[in-house]
Amino acid sequence: MQYLLMIYADERQVDAAIEADGSTVMAEYGAFGEEMGQRGVLRGGARLRLTTDASTVRVRDGETLTVDGPFAETAEQIGGYYLVECKDLDEAIEVAAKIPGARMGSIEVRPLWEM
Amino acid sequence: MSGPSTAAVEAAVARAFHDEWGRIVATLIRVTGDWDLAEESTQEAFAAAVVSWSRDGIPRVPGAWLTTTARRRAVDRLRRSRTGATKTQEWMMSVAADDSRDDDSGIADDRLRLIFTCCHPALSLEARVSLTLRTLAGLTIAEIARAFLVPEATMAKRIGRAKAKIRHAGIPYRVPPAHLLPERTTAVLAVVYLLFNEGYRATAGADLIRSQLCEEAIRLARALSELMPDEPEASGLLALVRLHHARKDARVDAAGDLVPLDEQDRARWDGAAIAEGTAILEAALRRGEPGPYQIQAAIAACHGNARSAELTDWREIVGLYDRLYERTPTPVVALNRAVAVGMADGPLAGLARVEELSALGVASSFPMLEATKADFLRRLGRRAHAERSYRIARDMAGTDAERRYLTRRLTEVET
Repeated sequence: MQYLLMIYADERQVDAAIEADGSTVMAEYGAFGEEMGQRGVLRGGARLRLTTDASTVRVRDGETLTVDGPFAETAEQIGGYYLVECKDLDEAIEVAAKIPGARMGSIEVRPLWEM
Repeated sequence: MSGPSTAAVEAAVARAFHDEWGRIVATLIRVTGDWDLAEESTQEAFAAAVVSWSRDGIPRVPGAWLTTTARRRAVDRLRRSRTGATKTQEWMMSVAADDSRDDDSGIADDRLRLIFTCCHPALSLEARVSLTLRTLAGLTIAEIARAFLVPEATMAKRIGRAKAKIRHAGIPYRVPPAHLLPERTTAVLAVVYLLFNEGYRATAGADLIRSQLCEEAIRLARALSELMPDEPEASGLLALVRLHHARKDARVDAAGDLVPLDEQDRARWDGAAIAEGTAILEAALRRGEPGPYQIQAAIAACHGNARSAELTDWREIVGLYDRLYERTPTPVVALNRAVAVGMADGPLAGLARVEELSALGVASSFPMLEATKADFLRRLGRRAHAERSYRIARDMAGTDAERRYLTRRLTEVET
């Protein structure tokens, strides 16, 4: 099954951590990517730009409305994601728990709709 | 040749339902991977049993008859809906039909697999309890709804959503591997304990003891304590439910009324169950890792091993409640501690504890607090106050038996 692992955290806090010691954070993510790549579960993933760079789009009555900012103003934002292929939810949870961001923020595990 | 009487068939079906429902559903889920299909096929097998057993006689091994019938119904249903997915399921069923019943962790009980899945932490606690009662204990949605005081439609939706999540999110149907066992255990124990309590003290309605639910919970607790020999809380839970259940015959009188502990006929307690529960508890305590279940079992053992109400070691019980409150500071524990203090140090000390609790504002949702207060006031001879408290408690009581007990107390203090 495929799961989207969404990394939520307070992006300002994450930013500050990267500012303070970016190489450690990068090394941790690098090690995670290497481990999961070897395990063969990774299907994709990316770090996202800050929500200050986000735009939200809606179409109402045929008219496209674009507003600056994320869908909702929340205390924690999605800072990145991984798409993984796992045997079951237990494996997805195990992988999610290894994402370095799980220690600062939270990982939402969402199964993909199987076509 | 005439078949067995209708009454005999009904009794046999009822007994088989109690003994076999959970196991058959659990097996069918394992072989089909489809919870609704498993439940519906099992339901149909029981309906078929009523007809078939009346005509052909009650089979020697009803469980085997029901399992085979439920399996056939499942295959029929799958054949009727000829899609690619069900072809795979049919194949899976034929493979699974003669597999050994072991899985990764070497546990051969399908019901255990089912309860660990029902109690997966990715489900809400409400969903876990409801799903366990439905699939494992075979309670109807109406019964579960009544137990949790929610409309039937709400309960149906809750259970439906939980099943959908198991399917969509890929919650595995298995006993977790050893490294996941400890963290999954707490959730499972909590559900088994809630299940026992549901049977021991039905939340609402006329039925005070639903022995079958209690026995179901005891069976599960026993299986869990065997599965997790290194988890003393699993043994603690088993000891606790054994010790409670040992008093069941004395807890309710002929009229179905609740008999308070100090008035119970201790000759009607199940001495063998008390001895077994105490021995299990002692073995668990020797591991030196006490937890809430072991402490509660120790309290139950104090009562169970006291030859009379007067010989109860209330000071020991107060100490145990103190330790329990450190771990689980809930109003119920605080109230029980107040009762114990009232027995150890007299009703005035107990009343003071209850009034502290009242001041916290939990009383409105909590009839037993008012009833306890009333008991202390009665023992202090403050009849008018006692009367008022009994009246409030009676109006809040959840079961008919509690209402009758409180009414009896009320007439004793009425002037």
